[in-house]
Amino acid sequence: MTPPRPDPDALLRAATREGKGRLKVFLGAAPGVGKTFEMLLEGTARKRAGTDVVIGVVETHGRRETAEHVQGFEIIPRRRVNYQGHVLEEMDIDAIIARRPALVLVDELAHTNAPGCRHDKRYQDIEELLDAGIDVYSTLNIQHLESLNDLVASFTKVRVRETLPDRVLDDAEIEIVDIPPDELIERLRQGKVYVPDEAARALSSFFSKSNLSALRELALRRAAQAIDAQMLDYMRANAVGGVWAVNDRLVVAISEQAGAAELVRAAKRLADALRAPWTAVHIETPRSARFSTDDNTRLAETMHLAAQLGAQVATVPATSVIEGLKAFANASQATQLIVGKTARSRWFELRHGSVVDRLVREAPGLAVHVLPLEAGLARAGLPQQRAARPWGSPAGYAVSMLLVLLVSLVGAAVFERGNIANIGFLFLIPVMVAATRYGLRTGIVTGLASSLAYNFFFIPPTHTFTIEDPQNILTVLVLLSVATVSSQLASRVREQALLSQASSEQNSALAGFAGRLTGISTTDELAQVVCTEIARILDGNTIVLFPQSERLEIRAACPAGAKLETLDEAAAQWARDNIKPAGRGSDTLTASEWLFMPVGKTDQVMAVFGLSRSDAQAPVRADQLPLLLSLLDQAGLALGRIALEDEMAALSHVRERDRLRHALLSSVSHDLRTPLTTILGSLGELRATSPEQEAMLSATRAEADRLHRFVGNLLDMVRIEAGSLRQTIEPVDLADAVESALYDLAAILRENVVVRDIASDLPFVLVDPQLFHHCLINLIENAAKYGGPGSSLRLSASSGEDGVVLSIEDEGPGIIAGQEQRVFETFTRLEGSDRQGGTGLGLAIVKGFADAMGLAVRAANREKGAGARFTISFRPDQTREYVEA
Amino acid sequence: MSGQHAVLVVDDDAAIRRLLHAALSRAGHKVTEAENGRAALNAVQIDKPDIVLLDLGLPDRDGLELIQLVRSAGPAVIVVSARDATDQKVAALDLGADDYVSKPFDSEEVLARIRTALRHRLSRHAQSAVISIGDVEINLADRMVTKLGEEIHLTPKEFGLLAELAKAPGKVITHAQLLRAVWGPGHDTDVEYLRVATRGIRRKLESDPSQPSLIRNEPGVGYRLTNI
Repeated sequence: MTPPRPDPDALLRAATREGKGRLKVFLGAAPGVGKTFEMLLEGTARKRAGTDVVIGVVETHGRRETAEHVQGFEIIPRRRVNYQGHVLEEMDIDAIIARRPALVLVDELAHTNAPGCRHDKRYQDIEELLDAGIDVYSTLNIQHLESLNDLVASFTKVRVRETLPDRVLDDAEIEIVDIPPDELIERLRQGKVYVPDEAARALSSFFSKSNLSALRELALRRAAQAIDAQMLDYMRANAVGGVWAVNDRLVVAISEQAGAAELVRAAKRLADALRAPWTAVHIETPRSARFSTDDNTRLAETMHLAAQLGAQVATVPATSVIEGLKAFANASQATQLIVGKTARSRWFELRHGSVVDRLVREAPGLAVHVLPLEAGLARAGLPQQRAARPWGSPAGYAVSMLLVLLVSLVGAAVFERGNIANIGFLFLIPVMVAATRYGLRTGIVTGLASSLAYNFFFIPPTHTFTIEDPQNILTVLVLLSVATVSSQLASRVREQALLSQASSEQNSALAGFAGRLTGISTTDELAQVVCTEIARILDGNTIVLFPQSERLEIRAACPAGAKLETLDEAAAQWARDNIKPAGRGSDTLTASEWLFMPVGKTDQVMAVFGLSRSDAQAPVRADQLPLLLSLLDQAGLALGRIALEDEMAALSHVRERDRLRHALLSSVSHDLRTPLTTILGSLGELRATSPEQEAMLSATRAEADRLHRFVGNLLDMVRIEAGSLRQTIEPVDLADAVESALYDLAAILRENVVVRDIASDLPFVLVDPQLFHHCLINLIENAAKYGGPGSSLRLSASSGEDGVVLSIEDEGPGIIAGQEQRVFETFTRLEGSDRQGGTGLGLAIVKGFADAMGLAVRAANREKGAGARFTISFRPDQTREYVEA
Repeated sequence: MSGQHAVLVVDDDAAIRRLLHAALSRAGHKVTEAENGRAALNAVQIDKPDIVLLDLGLPDRDGLELIQLVRSAGPAVIVVSARDATDQKVAALDLGADDYVSKPFDSEEVLARIRTALRHRLSRHAQSAVISIGDVEINLADRMVTKLGEEIHLTPKEFGLLAELAKAPGKVITHAQLLRAVWGPGHDTDVEYLRVATRGIRRKLESDPSQPSLIRNEPGVGYRLTNI
């Protein structure tokens, strides 16, 4: 059996936690259990242990014990916020981040900030502190937890407005602050418990023993769950096998109905209990087109809530809810399905069949949970507005009635000589037209009108509404049922067409957008196209900002020339820094007129996109948000592509330059050496016939040799300056290297005495043999040149603590004091003399090659006697100790 | 070692062909010329030269490709090229070239290299068991080395290296060739082994190890045994 592999997601979560601060939450069942007190106690303990602890916000509620504990701490002053004439105090995040404590105490995790603050909620402030690497202690009452909100409200009858997304607790350490309910009630009686206003109203019921027991159980259970989840994460990250055999996948079906939010919260609880991933899905049917604005808003809110609670969210079009659910559950391999059941009339179920019954029957292998959908508690107060019934347009009725009249007239003309029964069929025309064009109700009304007209004008006794012949009753019934059936068929077709038109509009907008982006090759053009296209599709003002080092710069806007206020800039900057949306319609800096979305990959913001509306409405409607996100995804992809293309172009440009340089060097080298070869070779073949010719010939040979060396040096110099020296570093024996150089210089050194002093146990040196060979040749040649014919050269090498030093000493005039560095410059000659016939390049080449290999070359005068001394030093890490075999 | 030998000169530059032609004729060789790779391969088949002087920069194909083709037909190959980069030399020698002369060259040196290459070509068939260089004698059959008649003890690797060089005195053997022959495959790049062994041989055999005269280093390419 293979050992279990660490779950990458769990590892990722652990990694993202690295470098971030840790959150510890003191969780209590109800106000007054002593959370703040406990937090302060632990803070004091940490402080005594040497941790840098400050207070961000602590509410003492006038309690003496609490106030005493606060005194020992540094308190970061709160920020004053003006709101409608009131001065409110809120936590100053920036001051805390600037102060950089190791730990900050922040009371009341679920607190809602005053309008105008950077974040709506305090937990968002705290997330920013954690991101800044600061540990946070905070407090929370269990009833504020989003997923328990309904549950708590159901038995306490008090709905808490300040809720906290469950995910905030996911990574937090939780400490339960618990006292028995009796004790709490006693404390309450003694006035030791501060009671918030909303609870005060329902005080008697809220602090009942049964409520407190239930809350206490919830708190304990939630804490145990959080610990379990963290344990599970740890085990997954470390590949401890064997616990989670469950591979459940939960799907909750969301409708537009009130109470769906409760369904979502229930699903979250079940998903948590099963530790299963979960998806909230809304099935879009033809009926969806008839949703009222309220329905749509509620649906969007429910979906948003689901996303906040950690669900994946999907909207799937289908002809019916059952088909859509079945297909989605199948595709997502769901094992558990949660549906709500409205209290519908028996009549409705008889007519439509129960969705639940059919699901259970038609989707075997799927556990179906049915929860009652009760609109009672859910956000009570909103009047239950149903969507306006599609009674049809007055124009439709007018046209239909005209048609009925027309048919009656035509019928009257025919009636003079024809069969009555056939005239009945004529009335199908207005019925069909009305049903298919104007909908069910117009169709039925037209059917009624037609049968009345038929009855009145054509069925004997005519000009009355009485029917004598039972056969004619049948005709009337047929007319009515044709109206019903055909209008239902037609309206279904029309609704489907409308829906698919809407989604095809969206799809074509996306496809068109993607198409526009493909041809673009510069980021500027891309920014412009993104601005104009999205402005057109969503009918708003758009702006694109690109990061420029730390700041953001406007790259394009539609309409052009848009300016951002300081507040807007702050929102854009925040969106970039936190890789989250900011501004109006988001959770952060909502006072900005603009909504800013980061564009790019998950970890890298390549641009920030802003959207606003001139008519002071929210920048993006809830139903347009998915489209906007898809558009921005496309833009992000295109940006990534362009960045990649630029990178590739730059790289190939460098490569091409290198290739050209190399080609040029080798062709120049070839083109210069080939004629030189002929000249030198031919000179060798020539035989002088007189002493004068002999002198000329040897002078020519000497000059050709010089030219040859000059060309060699020139090419070396070009290679150095072009930075295209290729190196192969290998261990080299200095004795070998010196001997090879002397061998190659044998002709030049004919008249010199060479003294070697190279120890036979010297370490090897790590150099490029060919470059080093050239260094030595130039140094030795230089020594011979300045020493002159008959002079002696001394080549010595020794090793010591600082590595190995090779020196070349000559008997020349030496180096003028202060010129030790200048000798290595190009075309420098000692004392400006050119009688030696050098090129002035030799030493520069030595320096260039030595630099390339990281060796140090120095020029100095000999310690004893006249002459110069050149040394090459090898650091210890550039040598390899010789170990005798 | 004098006498008539057939030499093929392969070079796209007419002046160089003429120059080499003159120098070789003066030394008594029979010279044919080729100006590109195709002509060279034809000439190798028809004229059966003993030795080929090969330029690497040919108009129709890279000279490096020709080395093996020419060698397999029999003649020795001496590369004569303006490419003086070490990797080109090593590549040519590893592909089987007998020697490498950089342009511009000295005619006398080319003639000397030709003599060395021809000697190896002949001795390849009748390998003599004892090779003497100065006062050092290397007995390949008995795996014994003497200096001034006195036996010198070499380690097995030192002897292996010396023997490998002694099989073709004067010829450059690349680092990779030596390492493969003495240390076995897989050690192609362990130049340090060579440095250690060479220094060991020198300390035991050279009169002045800091002025080595027995084994000559070709920087970055390989070693050759001085051929006296």
